[in-house]
Order: sequence, then structure tokens, then C-alpha cells
Amino acid sequence: MLFRIEVFPKRSLPDLRGEALLRDIHDLGIVHVREVRVSDIYSLEGDLSPEELTGICLELLVDPVIQEYFCYAGWDSDTKEAEEKGAYSVEVAYNPGVMDPVEYSVIKGIVDLEITGVRSAKTSRKYVIKGELTQSDLQSICNKLLVNPVVQHVVKGQDIIELPRAAYRFGKITLDLANMNDDQLMELSRGGLGLDLAEMREIRRYFSTLGRNPTDVELETLAQTWSEHCVHKTFKGRIKFGDTTIDNLLRSTIMRATEELGKPWCLSVFRDNAGVIDFDGRYALCFKVETHNRPSALEPYGGASTGIGGVIRDPLGTGLGAKPILNTDVFCFGPPDFPYDKLPKGVLHPRRIFKGVRAGVADYGNRMGIPTVNGAILFDERYVGNPLVYCGTIGVLPKSMSQRGQQKPGDMVVLVGGRTGRDGIHGATFASVELTEESEKVSASSVQIGNPIAEKKLVDVLLQARDRGLYRRITDCGGGGLSSAVGEMAEETGVRVYLDRVPLKYAGLSYTEIWISESQERMVLAVPPTKVDELVELFASEDVEATVIGEFTDDRRLQLFFEGNLVCDLEMGFLHGGRPPVEREAVWEQPYHVEPDFLEPVDLRDDLLRILGSWNVCSKEWVIRQYDHEVQGGSVIKPLVGINNDGPSDAAVIKPLLDSEMGVIVSCGINPRFGDIDPYLMAASAIDEALRQIVAVGGNLKKVALLDNFSWGNPTKPDRLGALVRAAQACYDMAVAYGTPFISGKDSLYNEYEVEGKSICIPHTLLISAMAVMEDVSKAVSMDLKQVGDLIYIVGTTYNEMGGSHYYGLHGFVGNNVPEVDPGRGKRLMDALALATEQGLVEACHDCSEGGIGVAAAEMAFAGGLGMTIHLERVPLGEHITRNDFILFSESNTRFLLEVAPANRLVFEKTMEGIDFALVGEVTNGETLDVYGVDGRRVLSASLAELKEAWQKPLRW
Amino acid sequence: MAKIKVLILRGPGTNCDVETAFGFELAGAQVDSAHINEIVRRGKALSEYQILTIPGGFTYGDDISAGKILANEVRLKLADEVQRFIAEGKLVLGICNGFQVMVKAGILPHLHDSSLHCLTLAPNDSGKFECRWVYLRVNGESPCIFTKGIRSMYLPVAHAEGKVVIQPEMRENLNVVLWYADETGDIEAGYPHNPNGSFGNIAGICDESGRVFALLPHPERHIQGIQHPRWTRDKLKGYGDGFQIFLNAVKWVEGI
Repeated sequence: MLFRIEVFPKRSLPDLRGEALLRDIHDLGIVHVREVRVSDIYSLEGDLSPEELTGICLELLVDPVIQEYFCYAGWDSDTKEAEEKGAYSVEVAYNPGVMDPVEYSVIKGIVDLEITGVRSAKTSRKYVIKGELTQSDLQSICNKLLVNPVVQHVVKGQDIIELPRAAYRFGKITLDLANMNDDQLMELSRGGLGLDLAEMREIRRYFSTLGRNPTDVELETLAQTWSEHCVHKTFKGRIKFGDTTIDNLLRSTIMRATEELGKPWCLSVFRDNAGVIDFDGRYALCFKVETHNRPSALEPYGGASTGIGGVIRDPLGTGLGAKPILNTDVFCFGPPDFPYDKLPKGVLHPRRIFKGVRAGVADYGNRMGIPTVNGAILFDERYVGNPLVYCGTIGVLPKSMSQRGQQKPGDMVVLVGGRTGRDGIHGATFASVELTEESEKVSASSVQIGNPIAEKKLVDVLLQARDRGLYRRITDCGGGGLSSAVGEMAEETGVRVYLDRVPLKYAGLSYTEIWISESQERMVLAVPPTKVDELVELFASEDVEATVIGEFTDDRRLQLFFEGNLVCDLEMGFLHGGRPPVEREAVWEQPYHVEPDFLEPVDLRDDLLRILGSWNVCSKEWVIRQYDHEVQGGSVIKPLVGINNDGPSDAAVIKPLLDSEMGVIVSCGINPRFGDIDPYLMAASAIDEALRQIVAVGGNLKKVALLDNFSWGNPTKPDRLGALVRAAQACYDMAVAYGTPFISGKDSLYNEYEVEGKSICIPHTLLISAMAVMEDVSKAVSMDLKQVGDLIYIVGTTYNEMGGSHYYGLHGFVGNNVPEVDPGRGKRLMDALALATEQGLVEACHDCSEGGIGVAAAEMAFAGGLGMTIHLERVPLGEHITRNDFILFSESNTRFLLEVAPANRLVFEKTMEGIDFALVGEVTNGETLDVYGVDGRRVLSASLAELKEAWQKPLRW
Repeated sequence: MAKIKVLILRGPGTNCDVETAFGFELAGAQVDSAHINEIVRRGKALSEYQILTIPGGFTYGDDISAGKILANEVRLKLADEVQRFIAEGKLVLGICNGFQVMVKAGILPHLHDSSLHCLTLAPNDSGKFECRWVYLRVNGESPCIFTKGIRSMYLPVAHAEGKVVIQPEMRENLNVVLWYADETGDIEAGYPHNPNGSFGNIAGICDESGRVFALLPHPERHIQGIQHPRWTRDKLKGYGDGFQIFLNAVKWVEGI
């Protein structure tokens, strides 16, 4: 029997969700809608007495203080007459098989009431929309706001409440590769394997030597293991670049820098799920940043939440398991004001993607109790069809547990955490091809919704198991599911897995689906037989499933069984070593952009206001306040600082151990605009920026680790690959010169969007994340002005480097003279500045990046609520510049704006000896920022209020 | 003398337990943290402790409504233990999600059935999760043991469902401990000083005895001066405003 309960706010109270939706509807230009009301619907399948039903409503589902409800049996709602005429009702539910955590909680809550008659629960949401609107209005409200067909549908008549119960009937599938020609091989590959012809041929050759054909699961396993997503074949392959041949780009650039630097505090790099460095001799820190671009494009909320959920499992699966202590997020979207009519088919509007991603990351991170303390949000039209979502997590673990474990033959393979369903099948291979208009259809199964509480339970109990020494090795189930996790774990030993033992969300999964499913919130452990019982019992005590699904062997074979049948028997040697190396062509030639020719404006006030109000520069407070950035109690320098807690901090400082004064600084550098001119200088600038931010908050370069995350176009296109090579070379040069090793990284390639046969490539986007150890957090510096009468210094040299600057962008140009980096001078400068902050000589410090000196000065002033004067004729220049606008807005690297107390003037200047710096102004008690030009004339005067308003207005949503 | 024993009650999704334990330990107490299952399955007995704390978090994801499912577990599975604990004159502290759990379990505003469904914590008026620092004014008339000697505090809030809504008939005999205010102590300052639109700007309440106390803001996130958002501007203090709450609790138990 089906029962439906509709819960909604008391009519006497505001319907907040309805009001928010009404605003969004009006934003669509549909102005005749007067009111929207939203109710939650719980559909329960089972046998319930009227008393039980009332109990469920009043004691669980409804809050009688603020809510009312309807409750009825069967589908036919008697609420219709409750709605007056001119009201349209739309009910939206998740598609069958899409996980909704609330359904689990509803069942649990009902069982707690000692009511056992409910077999299954499903949630849906009803929107009652009032006002004059046409069917097409209603359609576009559904399409643009209410429904995402990838995971949701409009409920019409009867809907599926119970998940499939039909059992899977075993049948072993083999594919006749032996008799396939190349076309047939590629047709098979396009069916979801995503392998190229050489790889398919090699597989055919391998099995012919065995004298048999492969099973479907053997092919899938090879496809997962050999996918770009899992092995990064481009970075590790052979690249012909001009007249040179690069063997393994990763080894010859990024990893090489780390090897040459040979820092003893690098404990585990490029070998585990995250890079590990020493923290204080007792503890270690690990850091990993991942991308989740494809899923976020199709289902922003689910894609982003599983993105953050996935990267949290990386530290958790590093060494013997680390406790996550902070998250970072960097997003790249199309402009929120992008016109709907220009939107390519099958693409969600940037504003919807932005809101969905924001909500997904916040809901998951907040529920996990991990502070989200650092990030960036960038906008460019080329991200419309292919947004980027980077999620990072830092974890802390005992140094003694920082090395990847090693199982022994005979150890049990234990799967812990969530159950396995059809979620995310082919996610890894899907991530290794270009998106098309069809992606929405073909890849629905590779999008899922996360369940943060399932993961929180997993973290809580795993760390207890770790401290009790109950397992020898741990890894996470990510892209490729069990296939990648167990396949990689068992490389040196061998393994036998009994797939019918894997706990399922619902019946009907084939052995192959079980093996490659990317269901979230799962980890794999190697457990000594003697410890299995204690481990399973511990997990059960906190309601987390732990299941023995196989054992490690010593035969270096991957063997899978289902109901006693051998369905996969692969040699580890071939699985991990048999992939033919890819060989790719790369070319690079510097593009030429039109050199701007416009006169210097007499007054620069409007230009500064417009840069402050640009999507990339403007305040991200709307996002930051919806992240819990205080949980765990370690935040020392918060994302928002200043007299009103609303100025933009350069980097976050966290105290990971409550009883220690040592800290970790996390920052990020990213500037795709420079990549349009030269990817080498884009990468160099990103590294310089990430390091600047660390020094700006009072850190130093002694113990800084870097992460690289490349989001790039299709690497089989030589120009994309040439740009990638340039960027990777810069990573090597900068890391070595600055003495800051890379400890981990990831690449996401094929970020191109096919529309009407034409491929749109994202801007080459390299995210550099940096993590620094800080000896004493009480030495930290914030960017807000502190005291009237203090002196304003600029440290660093300004050049005519307007290429890719926001100022040029504002005037419709890109230009060519992109900022360069001199890491030798840069390091000397940052070391000296670090010495000054160490001695407490710096009251405030802000790095000059987007918008140059102008934006840095404005932000420092309004964050501190104090005025400032700047004299451009005193700014140290690296070349002859006569234009005030160029000096004020140049984005030259390695520059800082500082506040120093007059009493510290001499000591500070002594400390900075040999460094390019100058006293350029002072802190005033005026309400304005005043800038004087090279000829002494005042070129800009703006009130703090208008500067701040320009900066806060765009994203005040 | 033996250390005061504090029990921190965890559920799936609790996430402020460690920093809350730190606050009590710094105040000289011995702290155990226990999963609700461990109490329900009698692995640990409430009676061994003098202070019970339900910390912040998103128990069971705050699915259905914030704290609801853990509240039902406490109400249906631990009713006797909790009643006895309070009857014995011991202390109970609920922070954020703990506040939500305590009102939905009928522990506050008063420990009897009529208390259930008379007060709730509704979604914030802003419709958003709000992570920001707020000024709090302490009600000098309140019998609350935890806030003795405190006149004002500066603490962070981080919640999506913090708006106190009360049935009209209950408004009279409500023991308000904390009001949202601005830096001058004005409790009518409005949003964002009152971050959620709470009735009467209420941020925390207690029972008649003053021994059962719950608040929305997070005292455990302002134990040390360096957690203050403006310590780089103002003088860096050793302890944060929130520490006194934990110290008061431990000192009071030591005093009896």
C-alpha cells in the first residue's frame, strides 16, 4: 500500500524556498508569477495502520510548530482543491536508482518509532506556482530551474517507489576479439571502453597468445586501468615537441624538480593517494586536489558533492589514513549574465551551474565537518559548456603512519562504507573523452549524488580502526571503483575477489557492474585474518558495513569470481605494464594579439571601480559565508578579514592541532588569462602567486609543497599539447628556483565542448595549490589596514606587463606583454619579506595580482576602514613607463603592498636591503583612496564606501 | 580531587566533538566521547558523568529537519537516563545541533511532554547557511550556571536552521540566556547581527534550574584568543570568550 505525506510551511509563515524560487523565476523574465510554494513529499510503500501513519507524520516528518501536512493513501492527492485556480503544480523526483540520503534517514527514523511496516520510502518535491503563465513559461521554469533530466523527472501519475528487486541471473560474457577487424575493435571501444586502436590491438594480441577471448569484465578492467583518468598516459607517454622528444613529461619536469630538490621533509610524493610532508616531527600533512568537471557540467549539485566527497577520501586513503582538516575549492564558470539564447544545446546556464556547484560543495563539506577555507572563482565564456570544479583536501596523520601500507598474501580484502549500485558506471572512461551535446544522454549513469553522512561515519570509525592497528593498507574507491582500487592495490601480490559478496543497494547488478561501479563513500582495506572479526565488530558499532570480499595472493594475478565462476583472470604484469605507450605530437607558437591603442584616461576612478566589480575580482562573500570555515576550531587567518570581517584574505592559516602553535598555510594560484598569450608564463605566474599569498600572511618558503592540477583541451591536438608542455616546463623551472617541490598533482584533459561540429576548448587552466608549514601562527599577518599614520610600502618591481591584465580586458584587449617571473630575484624578495613579518615589522600585507596595485590598495583600505594615499612616481619601475594607468594596473609578479608602523621604518628598510622596494604612501583617517600620478597630479580619488560597494555588489545574491 | 567527568554524545554527523572536548579538558575536566549506539547498547552509562554535552554537527545529515532523528533516539531510547541525569542535579549543554536536538527531544525549554512541540529552530530567514561571528548579550536575570559572570560574548554561528520559533502561550515562562546583539549590546540591531531571525533575538535558553543550557553559537570555536577574527587588529588575548562557559560548568560541579 502506498501512502503520501505532503509537508509544507504553515500558511501564516513565509515559504523561504518558494520566495527564493520566485526570485529566480523573475530573473528568467517570467514576471507574471505571483507566488510559489514548495512542499516536501514523502511516499511510503508498506502496511501502516492509521495510528502508525499519524505517528510517522507528527513524531518524525512534520514540525508542528512551523509546518502543516496532508496525508493520503494512493496517488490521488486530495490537496487539489486546497489550491485555488490559476495555480500550476509540478512534482519533481529523482530518477530510479539515484541515491537520495533522505530516504535512508526516513526509514531509520520510522524504525526508531518501532514501526516496521514500511518497505521503502521516496522523497519528492512539489512546487505550486501561482500567476498567469503560459505552458511555455511553465516548461522553461521546469527546464531552467526545477528539473535536471540527468537525475530528475516530473512525476506524472504513478511513479516508481521501490527499486528493482529482480535478481541478476549469471551468464558469463566473452567477446570474440580474435575475429574482429580494426573497425569492429573501435566500435566495441566506443561502446564505453574509450581505448584507442593500438590499445585494442594489443589486447587482441595478448588474448590470442592465451588462446582465448576476453570476458567483458576483463576488457572493462583493462579500459579502466589504462584510461587517461587513471594512468595519465599523455603525461607519461612520449611527446614529439619540435625537434626534441620528451619521454614521460611528468618525470622529466614536475617529478624531476622534486627529486633534484631532495627535501628531507617530503615523506611520500607521487606514490600514494596524496602527497605527504612532515609537519612537526610527530605529525605529517597530506594534500590532494582533484577535478570533477564532467559530472559537474551535467549535474552541478551531485557532481560537485561527489567531487568533494571523492577528494576527502584521498587523504583518508593516504599512508594508513589521515584526518581531513580543511577543504579548498576553485571553480571556473561561464559568466553568470551569459544570455540564455546563446546557450549551446544540452548545456546548463552558468548561473545554475554556479549555484548548484556551490550548494553541492557546501552541503558535503559542511556535513563532513571540514572547514572550507580557501579557493577562487573565475569566469570566462569558454567555460560555458565545460565548467571546471577543483576540490582539494588537506589531512593530518601521525608521521609514523605516513607511508603507504603493504598487504601480505593471505590478508583479506575488506570493503567498507556505502553499498554498491549502478552509480557512476564508466565515470573514469567518460572523463577521458570530449563532451558533446549527447553527453547528457550517454552519461546519465556516470552522475551521482553524494551521501556526506555515510562518509562522515566512515571517517569516524576508520580513524579508530587505524589507531587500533586493525589493517595493513588502505585505499579509496574512486574513478574505476573496485576495478582501480583493488587492481592497483594488488599489483605486487595478486588478488582473488568474490563479487557476489559485495553488498548491493538493490538487486540486479551484473558481476561487471559490481566491479566497475563508482558508488561513493567506499574504501578498501587489507586486513590480516586475525584482525578481521575485531574490525567488522568495530565498524558495526557505528553502523558502518565492513565486508570481506576476497583475499590477497602471491600469484600476481587478478582473479574475479561470481557464484563460483571465474570471470576474470588477468596477469598483473599485463594489466599494469602491457599498455602500449602513447606517442603524441606537440607544437607551440606564440599567438599574436592586437596591441591596444587607447589613450590614458585623465581619471582612473571608473576603471578601478569596474575592475573591482568584474566577476573575477568581486567579493565572493556570498559563497564563503555558506561554507562552514570555522569548524574544528583551527582557523587563525580566515577567508574574510578586516574591521567588518569582509576583506579578501590572501591565504588561510589553520592550526591543525588545538594544543600546538604551529600552523599550515594554504593558498592557490591560477590565471588562465595569461595562458592565452603564453602557457609557460601562465604557469610561472600561478606558482609565483601561490607563493606570494603564503608570504603575504606571514609565512616563508622554507617548507612549502606545491600541487599541480592541469585542466586542458584534447591532448591529441598538437597545439593543446604544445601548450601543456610549455606549462609543465615552467613548473620545473619555478619549483627548482623557489625551492618548493611538487608533492602531488592531477590532470584533466579533453576539456573541450563539441557544439554544431565545432570544438570549443577551455582556456588552458593550471591550478597551483600550495601548502606551507608555519612555526608560530601568532606571527600571521592580515591584509586590512590597521592604523592611521602608518606607512605604505611597495615591495617588488613594476613593469609594463599589461598583457592578459584585467585592465586590458576591460578595454577589450588581450595584448602580448604578459607578466614574467624572475624566480631568483623573487626568492630573495620573499625571503627578505618573510624575515620582516617574522620580526613583527609588518602590520598588513597584500599581494598585487589581478588589478595590480590599484585593486590591492583599494582592498586593503576598505577592509581596514581607513583611507590611503599612493604616489605612483615613487613606485620602483623595471623599465620606463609614463602612463599612470599602466603603473596602477600592471599585473607584474612578485609584488606586495605593505603597511609598516613609522616606529619600525628603519629596521624594516634595513631588513629589506638589496630588495626593490619603496615608500609610496600612508594610511590616512580620510574616507578615501587617493592616488597621485607620475606628474604629481591626483589621478584617482574614490571613497571607501563606493569602492567596497562596487566590489560587493555583483555577487550579493 | 577526582576530575569532573564530561560525556560528549556523538551521532552520525556530529562534527564539533573534538574542539568541544578540548574546551572542557582545558577547563580541567576528563572527557569521554561516546557514540549514541554505545549509550543505547549500555556500553557506557550516563550516570558515571556529571556533565552531558550534545555538540554541533549535522546528525543524520539534518535530514527531515535539523537534529530530528537524533532527538527521537534520545527521546525514545534514553528518556529515563536523561531524566534521571537532570533530576540528580547534573549539567547538560547543547551547542548548535545539540540545541536543535534538545528542543526536538523535549529536554528544553522544560523537561516534560508539554515542552515538546512548543519551541523549534526553523530555517534562517536569509534562506542560507550562515557562518559569521555574532555579539551576544547575556541575560543577567538568567539562572544559567554556564554564563555566570559573563555579560557579553563574541562567538561564531554556523547553521542553516537557527531561527527560534515559539508557540505564543509559551513565551512567558521561557528562560532566555542569550540574545543576539551588536557590539554596543543593542539586541534590536537586526540582520546580520541576528543571523537567523530568531524570535526576540534569542540565541540561547535554559531550564528553570539553569543547569540545562543550549545555545546556537559555538563557544568551543572561541576558546583561544587567536581564533578571534580580528586578533591581528586588536590585542591578542590568551583565552577566547567561549572558554568561560566550559570553565563555569566545571567549577560549578567542583563546587558541589
